[in-house]
Amino acid sequence: MELGRKVKLMQGNQAIVEGAFYAGARFYAGYPITPSSEIAEESAKRMPLLGGIYMQMEDEIASMAAIIGASLAGAKSFTATSGPGFSLMQENLGLAVMGEVPCVVINVQRSGPSTGLATKPAQSDVMQIRWGRHGDQSVIALCPASVSECFTLTVTAFNFAEKFRVPVILASDEVVGHMRENITIPSPGELAVAERKKPTGEPAAYKPFIADEDGVAPLASYGSDYVFHVSSSMHGPDGYSNNNPANAAWRVAQLHKKIEMHREEIIITKTFDTEDADILFIAFGATTRASRAAALELRKQGIRAGVLQLMTIWPFADKKIASLGERAKTVVVPEMNYSGQVAGEVQRILGAGADIRKVNSYNGEIITPQDILKAIL
Amino acid sequence: MNIVENFDLFAPRLINKKELISAGHRACQGCGEVLAVRLMCKALGENTVIASATGCMEIISSMYPTTAWEVPWIHVAFENAAAVASGVESGLKSLRRKGKIADSDVKVVGMAGDGGTMDIGLQALSGAMERGHDMLFVCFDNEAYMNTGIQRSSGTPMGASTTTAPAGKVSMGQKTWKKNVAEIMVAHNIPYVATACPSYPLDFINKVEKAKKIKGPSYIHCFTVCPTGWRCGSDQTISLGRLAIETGIFPLYEVENGRYKLSAEMPKKLRPIKDYFKSQGRYRHLTEDQVKMIQDGVNREYKKLLNKVKCLEAWT
Repeated sequence: MELGRKVKLMQGNQAIVEGAFYAGARFYAGYPITPSSEIAEESAKRMPLLGGIYMQMEDEIASMAAIIGASLAGAKSFTATSGPGFSLMQENLGLAVMGEVPCVVINVQRSGPSTGLATKPAQSDVMQIRWGRHGDQSVIALCPASVSECFTLTVTAFNFAEKFRVPVILASDEVVGHMRENITIPSPGELAVAERKKPTGEPAAYKPFIADEDGVAPLASYGSDYVFHVSSSMHGPDGYSNNNPANAAWRVAQLHKKIEMHREEIIITKTFDTEDADILFIAFGATTRASRAAALELRKQGIRAGVLQLMTIWPFADKKIASLGERAKTVVVPEMNYSGQVAGEVQRILGAGADIRKVNSYNGEIITPQDILKAIL
Repeated sequence: MNIVENFDLFAPRLINKKELISAGHRACQGCGEVLAVRLMCKALGENTVIASATGCMEIISSMYPTTAWEVPWIHVAFENAAAVASGVESGLKSLRRKGKIADSDVKVVGMAGDGGTMDIGLQALSGAMERGHDMLFVCFDNEAYMNTGIQRSSGTPMGASTTTAPAGKVSMGQKTWKKNVAEIMVAHNIPYVATACPSYPLDFINKVEKAKKIKGPSYIHCFTVCPTGWRCGSDQTISLGRLAIETGIFPLYEVENGRYKLSAEMPKKLRPIKDYFKSQGRYRHLTEDQVKMIQDGVNREYKKLLNKVKCLEAWT
């Protein structure tokens, strides 16, 4: 099968698979769950034709563990799931952070808690994505709002994972996953595709956790001349178990620092008419679309409204929000969860005095432009 | 020793008339699984608590604002029907011990599909059986994740095409043999293990009745035809179930305290499996060689089973 520039009508979930293939992913391990199953099905059909491996696991715990193993063997790997499955993946996501194993986890969010409304959308995993595991750590999470963003952000997710040796979570939702739109698939080379840094020195001297100046250590592959340890226990630069407090402090800080160092590159946002906006919508995923419609409606009525779309939700776009939020009189945060998980972050940045209006939906229904307009008018 | 002494007296007119899973649920036309659940409930009666894993049976029976269940029923996460059932059983036991509730006979039942039993739920099931709870676990096996769109499970048989084990240029569909969970349960040394199929309703009801009377863990593996996922006519549910037994691809047997016994429904001579494959879309792509390879596998497994029946007869 050829990967070339073409225009296609496809579903968000399919576009994620296209993006993964474009980025060079050749290993998928997963477990079926609505509303992400199309990602598994599409991978199962097409992975063998690309010489890759599709592996169906016995549960999500095994799925996450398998992509860690495959990635350490050198293959770009990913899995896809939704709420309950994502919860089961948490322990091994922590292992991927600790072992600095590049991999991509797609979470097509659905309504919860527990089985919840299995076929309905939600954006209620924002905090689980950031803090769902025990221990002190940092991850990257991206959030597509359209089918074409499903493609590009999947490529970006793999690039970040490979560059920064970190699991990247692509937090889609049921609306974006199942929506169909035309997208243009770029030809090979059009989008940058990153590969992990490999060690070049003497194999015997290789230390898998000694970072270069960019904060990231080169990663060898299992089965190569480089024989190395990866441990879920606290470990030293050589990967061997190490309980020394100074070593633990260095490791934990390093896991955070490598993300902090590259914040500017990692945080991707889009703005629509924000230059003179009195009313600023801060949105991510499916709600971006309703926010844009609402902003256009307000402009028609002569009210200056604009939209800031967070394509990266973790790390959080503090600086961008601070600068745009300062100018705006009112900030509106529409999101499909009860407590306003992103609104809380916005409040943290803009302070208690800011006029922040939350628009929340937690009944499985999407937020419409009208719902958003009601919050302002 | 037979657990039910008088089961020769069993006749259709003695079947519980009360429906404990009511009509009006949302199962597909010709669903073999909900038929099996109905028969199971008839055999269990009202003094039953059911813990059900995520799956078709949960979706079709409990969609808000209705429920088809006439017994206490809890839908749990996907992986832990057996663990929740363990908790219910132990909770009741503890309250009985303290004299807080009447010392009545309540059977706790865990149920799940093939995915919820054989894949994600196997650990919880093994734990519950090993701890020896007074509970019955029934696996309703329709050989794939039908609820989410026909993805393969470890219960999917060799050669069947599913959405995540699709048959095509490079693949014959499922390339692994079906996991034999009944045998895994036998290996837990529990008092009663049986296989069943709603195409033989009296046999199935008998087996559930036996399991109900046992004080301790028991397991029934129930083979249920799924017209939607198997790509067959919805009027074939009963006949395909029969063919699965007549061809030996899913033999009916019981293991009581380690002793194997073939069920009376098993024919003396098995039919070729191609009779069973013929009307199912999921097997349509198979070549003659592939069918032969699967036939050899079925023969081999059946022979193993017959040997177990024979040698353990001598042992007891």
